[in-house]
Amino acid sequence: MQDHIRNFCIIAHIDHGKSTLADRIIEKTGLLTQREMQEQVLDNMDLERERGITIKAQAVRTIYKAKDGEEYILNLIDTPGHVDFNYEVSRALAACDGAILVVDAAQGIEAQTLANVYMALDHDLEVFPVINKIDLPSAEPQRVVEEIEDVIGIEAEGCPLISAKNGIGIDDVLESVVTKIPAPKGSKDAPLQALIFDSLYDPYKGVIVFVRIMEGCIKKGTRMKMMATGASFDVVEVGYFGAGQFIPCEELSAGMVGYITASIKNVKDTAVGDTVTDADNPCQEPLPGYKKVLPMVYCGLYPADGAKYPDLRDALEKLKLNDASLFYEPETSVALGFGFRCGFLGLLHLEVIQERLEREYNLDLVTTAPSVIYKVYKTDGEVIDLTNPTNLPDPSEIDHMEEPIVKAEIMVTKDFIGSIMELCQERRGRYLSMDYMEETRALLKYELPLNEIIYDFFDALKSRSKGYASFDYDIKGYETSELVKLDILINREEVDALSFIVHSGSAYERGRKMCEKLKDEIPRHLFEIPIQAAVGGKIIARETVKAMRKDVLAKCYGGDITRKKKLLEKQKEGKKRMRQIGNVEIPQKAFMSVLKLDEDK
Amino acid sequence: MSRRMSIYIHIPFCVKKCDYCDFLSFPIRECGNKTAVVLGSGCKEGVPEEYLQRLLCEIRQESGDYTDREVDTIFVGGGTPSLLLPRQVTDLFDRVYQSYHVAFGAEITMEANPGTLTKEKLEAYRQMGVNRLSIGLQSADNGELAALGRIHRFQDFRESYELARDCGFQNINIDLMSGLPGQSVDSWLHTLHTAARLDPEHISAYGLIIEEGTPFYQRYGTDGIGRKLLSEVDGFEKLPSEEDERQMYYDTGEVLGKYGYRQYEISNYAKGGYECRHNIGYWTRKEYAGFGLGAASMINNKRWKNTSDLKKYMKNVDSGDGTVRRNGIRESASTLKEEMRVLSVQEQMEETMFLGLRMNHGVSKKEFETLYGVEIEQIFGTWLYRMSEEGLLNNGERVFLSERGRDLANYVMAGFLMISVENT
Repeated sequence: MQDHIRNFCIIAHIDHGKSTLADRIIEKTGLLTQREMQEQVLDNMDLERERGITIKAQAVRTIYKAKDGEEYILNLIDTPGHVDFNYEVSRALAACDGAILVVDAAQGIEAQTLANVYMALDHDLEVFPVINKIDLPSAEPQRVVEEIEDVIGIEAEGCPLISAKNGIGIDDVLESVVTKIPAPKGSKDAPLQALIFDSLYDPYKGVIVFVRIMEGCIKKGTRMKMMATGASFDVVEVGYFGAGQFIPCEELSAGMVGYITASIKNVKDTAVGDTVTDADNPCQEPLPGYKKVLPMVYCGLYPADGAKYPDLRDALEKLKLNDASLFYEPETSVALGFGFRCGFLGLLHLEVIQERLEREYNLDLVTTAPSVIYKVYKTDGEVIDLTNPTNLPDPSEIDHMEEPIVKAEIMVTKDFIGSIMELCQERRGRYLSMDYMEETRALLKYELPLNEIIYDFFDALKSRSKGYASFDYDIKGYETSELVKLDILINREEVDALSFIVHSGSAYERGRKMCEKLKDEIPRHLFEIPIQAAVGGKIIARETVKAMRKDVLAKCYGGDITRKKKLLEKQKEGKKRMRQIGNVEIPQKAFMSVLKLDEDK
Repeated sequence: MSRRMSIYIHIPFCVKKCDYCDFLSFPIRECGNKTAVVLGSGCKEGVPEEYLQRLLCEIRQESGDYTDREVDTIFVGGGTPSLLLPRQVTDLFDRVYQSYHVAFGAEITMEANPGTLTKEKLEAYRQMGVNRLSIGLQSADNGELAALGRIHRFQDFRESYELARDCGFQNINIDLMSGLPGQSVDSWLHTLHTAARLDPEHISAYGLIIEEGTPFYQRYGTDGIGRKLLSEVDGFEKLPSEEDERQMYYDTGEVLGKYGYRQYEISNYAKGGYECRHNIGYWTRKEYAGFGLGAASMINNKRWKNTSDLKKYMKNVDSGDGTVRRNGIRESASTLKEEMRVLSVQEQMEETMFLGLRMNHGVSKKEFETLYGVEIEQIFGTWLYRMSEEGLLNNGERVFLSERGRDLANYVMAGFLMISVENT
């Protein structure tokens, strides 16, 4: 039985067709009829479908009858492609024995292709390539085969050439899964050892834990123990993953992928990456789990309506359950009231969480400027990890500060090398190297401060390369840097939620842009409103929102008083969506304006 | 017979629609358009007869509700009511006088546009008791008139105005507009002086409003907080700056004051005794009934509006006996009335404030208390205090807008609304 199981995932650069291939595999193995197939069955969050990206790792079990006449259980774990979600990829990889590497037949290897392959090899996975989108007019499968062999160094000759979209070559892929990916190791009779790779909260069943059984077996009634948290539960149900549903079964044994429920009410008892064992017959050592991933980008999240604070707290707790990389702690802002300082893997992660909170939990949010973690070395020897610019000590108490630096790899076609290098220079990048992968494409390596890439680096990269550049990065470490806190004063009052840390060299530029942006966002009031940017109490930029000169309806419409009243009411209603700071009303979106400083400028 | 009311009659037709105009009106010359289809034959001159007949029917039919009221102002507005042929004018006022008790000395106004007035029409007005004319000049500058999409030139206005005087009209209003594309403060002053030298009894001076759905909106439209939709206004004259626009407003009061006109409302100026009684009626919540397409009414603290759908309005055919029949079935005319709403006491109080404040003398505290049996401070105290602190309201025996308050009238008025939008 165990040697007829294949646990695998699909890895790829974003948009190379990973989710589509997953859909085809599910369709082909007969788990669903063609009519039942929704596009991208594995992506069941609305957001994922809309954006066409995969955010959460998802698993599904299918049955495949191979050419050798045997039936195999294929456990497919879908992984996200975006660089922000590398952590999710890593979680999925730990539960697998092999990986399908999907490469676009037209675009070839991209930055994340490399990053994902290396991650898979780190996890000792068997990786075999598949070349997708061969139906595209610009497809050059043979060139891509050579590229894979040259650049990655894995065998690609004779690999499946497919079109996931049109269902071409899917059988080849399935046969390769059976022949190339090894069956899971482990013994059914050994003490239970299972890796939690995901979890989900269900209002009826409690926490549903997604596991890969490494050793032993688990069934209803087993007294299971979480090795890291120490919590114990009686198993209520075990089962495996259908497409979009849970299918209960008798037991899960070594090599299998499935889920466990045990009326677990407390979300905190089940940490993703933890090892599940049998309380009565425990294993010696926990599994290595995952490298703990630390959030890289922090920002404040505040409910637009202060009364919704508890709702926001509950929502964050639920999201945290299957998104271990999400971090949050309560904080207070003078301008925004009670909220949370939240940590994310990157800006896309931030946006995704923000959108999920707004959509799935119906919350209206105000987001403050994102920040990375700075290390502040005080003169008294204390070192502070600074995630909220407001907490920066007085400059007189600071000896020096350090900021996180990333090592970035950018793959770009020849024509755009110049403009991308320019971009990196603008963002305080330090050039490391440039290697031609082939005649037309190069791999640029730069060291960049993380705070220069968290805002809009992706967008800038895309627009300056007409979409022909791909990007991946790794945290390198901390370096000393000339950093200052840029404060924004509205009507001479400092607004804490708008402060951010910036390199002293770009403080003026940022301050100026910020003032310009805010000038556009803040409506006119009865009085003139100065908007100032200041560093260490010194004003470096200023704009003015002129006083409202006129707000009057000249004429009534032939006695149509109702129409006039509606206009007045609309005006009054608009005021409700504002934040009152001193005697100035600031629209909520103004707090996000720092994110988009480079737009339409 | 002690209760007094006003009547508004809407003539929703124009020779052509002006580019800034948001009023309910249809261009009459364009052939094959929707209007012509609805009205069957279309019309070569005057106002489409089908519409007039329908209007006459409505005027008679509604009269039953107002037997205890005396009508002391009538306003025929549009559109361009001066499109009505002399015979149509006679028919219209005959019907009004047959159906309503019109008081002796009632103010009866016709709106007129230059270029559509003739001696015959003016004589018909006089004969039918019209004693006030409101003529749309808008600007004394022909370039500005063209930019507005008006059909007349200053000379046309001049002729119409003199014709009206010759026919014996002793109460004439001239409509002017400031803040026009390409207009300078100087050219506005020129318009003001030109109009005032003609010595009309009344001058209305409105600031141009860019209304959604008009050609002007596409040219000059703004987003929610007043920013231009287009960064550059290509091929069209620019709107004056906000500073210039305000300057024009201040100049209006000053210049017209020198000629003996007193401002009595945000946009209206008159010589003593010539304030428009009909419009004051709106600001003081006097009862009025509106007839014709889209006309609004307020009777018994109930507001409603006739349908704005010409087809729907026309469908109701007069059977000759004052009732409306459709396919031979008797049907109440109330299907025409839309957005019917009974005003709560609170809404009445709000209206008293935001309408009353349009007038320079504002709202009398004593009258408010007599009307509602509660002191004004008890209802609006906080806002009154805040607005007088901010220098926008004078808060004495009477509550009225300060000079600055007139610039920011909407802001002041919106504060008197207590009802949330969802309820309306």
